[in-house]
Amino acid sequence: MNRFDYVRPSTVAEAVQALGSDPAARFIAGGTNLIDLMKYDVERPGKLIDITRLPLDKIEERDGGLRIGALVTNAALAYDARIRERYPLLADAILAGASAQLRNAASTGGNLLQRTRCYYFYDTATPCNKREPGTGCSAIGGVDRIHAILGTSEHCIATHPSDMCVALAALEATVRVSGPQGDRAIPFAEFHRLPGDDPAKDTNLAPGEIIVSVDLPARGFAGHHTYLKLRDRLSYAFALVSVAAALELDGRTIRTARLALGGVAHKPWRNTDAEALLQGRPATRESFKAAADLVLREAKPQSTNGFKIELARRAIVRGLEQAAAGTPQSQSDKRIQ
Amino acid sequence: MLIDSGSPGGVGTIGITLTINGERRELQVAPWTTLLDLLRERLDLTGTKKGCDHGQCGACTVLVNGTRINSCLTLAVMKDGAEITTVEGLAGLAHREGTNSLHPIQEAFVEHDAFQCGYCTPGQLCSSVGMMNEGHAKTRDEIREAMSGNICRCGAYTNIVDAIEDVMQQGGAR
Repeated sequence: MNRFDYVRPSTVAEAVQALGSDPAARFIAGGTNLIDLMKYDVERPGKLIDITRLPLDKIEERDGGLRIGALVTNAALAYDARIRERYPLLADAILAGASAQLRNAASTGGNLLQRTRCYYFYDTATPCNKREPGTGCSAIGGVDRIHAILGTSEHCIATHPSDMCVALAALEATVRVSGPQGDRAIPFAEFHRLPGDDPAKDTNLAPGEIIVSVDLPARGFAGHHTYLKLRDRLSYAFALVSVAAALELDGRTIRTARLALGGVAHKPWRNTDAEALLQGRPATRESFKAAADLVLREAKPQSTNGFKIELARRAIVRGLEQAAAGTPQSQSDKRIQ
Repeated sequence: MLIDSGSPGGVGTIGITLTINGERRELQVAPWTTLLDLLRERLDLTGTKKGCDHGQCGACTVLVNGTRINSCLTLAVMKDGAEITTVEGLAGLAHREGTNSLHPIQEAFVEHDAFQCGYCTPGQLCSSVGMMNEGHAKTRDEIREAMSGNICRCGAYTNIVDAIEDVMQQGGAR
């Protein structure tokens, strides 16, 4: 790990000021991803700004929804009684990710800003456009089993690793940020970006900005939801494919559908066309297959991850069936019903 | 600003206070020192193990203010003011006057033969206590899931779950 300066502000304004326009400065909260990246010399910050003392660790009622402070830990969020009751999709997605130790440390804001777990991004001996723009993508034509099938570019096929963010995408959360130009709110769908020709940039956060909260709207889809995560181990592994499905039903007719995928793209992959297709249709396997086909119509395999396309198709159908039946996937008993 | 290590490039150690296994310690640390390295290299508390050093194995698990975390992914300076419990301090958590006993989870690991080489054991023990403090896991499936951040290369998992279940049935952590 390189040497760095360390500052510990007590207010958001102090934190933003400490970051300033210094491209080598980094905020640190849980540290579970940043310290790991520093140990691999992927990140070499000149200054760490310890934001753990900022007053951003509360979950508050707001406009019928909840405002989640950026420093609320993943564990505190997943086990909060209001989240479990009103947004169980979010609680389940969080509990599907990482380990208990990591969830106890990792923050809400940090979860949004975690970097890809692409092997080549971590390996400083190999070219990587995300780590060193312009050097090329080692994953394309390399060991690409875990990589993206949707929204890739010729410059990067990395995936966003978060489970929590897949649920936040489906729930239409809003990310509130503060920066030198003031405060603004970013719709979740616009927070993360696709790699395009600038894969070094994961998000649309402007330089100098800090996440202060993630706001949930009132609709929580508590009646019909599931988070179905498929991976190489039953626990403590990143998703090969995951599905956040949420429905509102009138009898057996779909009134509203939300559908987001993890493990398949550079950002949580929400497809509003597939959601629109489901609206007004009966909650049947046939409808769900049509939605899955639509989501995966543009899917593009790499050399060894083509299995993800069929896996995602089946996971979408199964996820929507679980949501419709009101039988969400258990995050401890991993049998898939 | 609560703390500022000083000008860029300055060597800048920072004064912090930690209560480690009940003992208050005033320490000067370089900001890049992980909590794990502080415990092992500076304080000779080598019970906490360095396995992967990347948050993947759980051997470095300690309790910070009663909550289990990976000490390898935590900078010591960030835990200024915290209470740290390592495997060396577990018995003290459960100490009863006039006895010289282990923590119940330690007793149960011995009773159930819940280890072979023992390298993951300090992390397994601290993680078990942290899990019982959390109070969410009730069934064997839930225990296995809640302990999935602790890898045992010898494969003692079945006996580890037996040991934890035993202690939970006797009333849990102290």
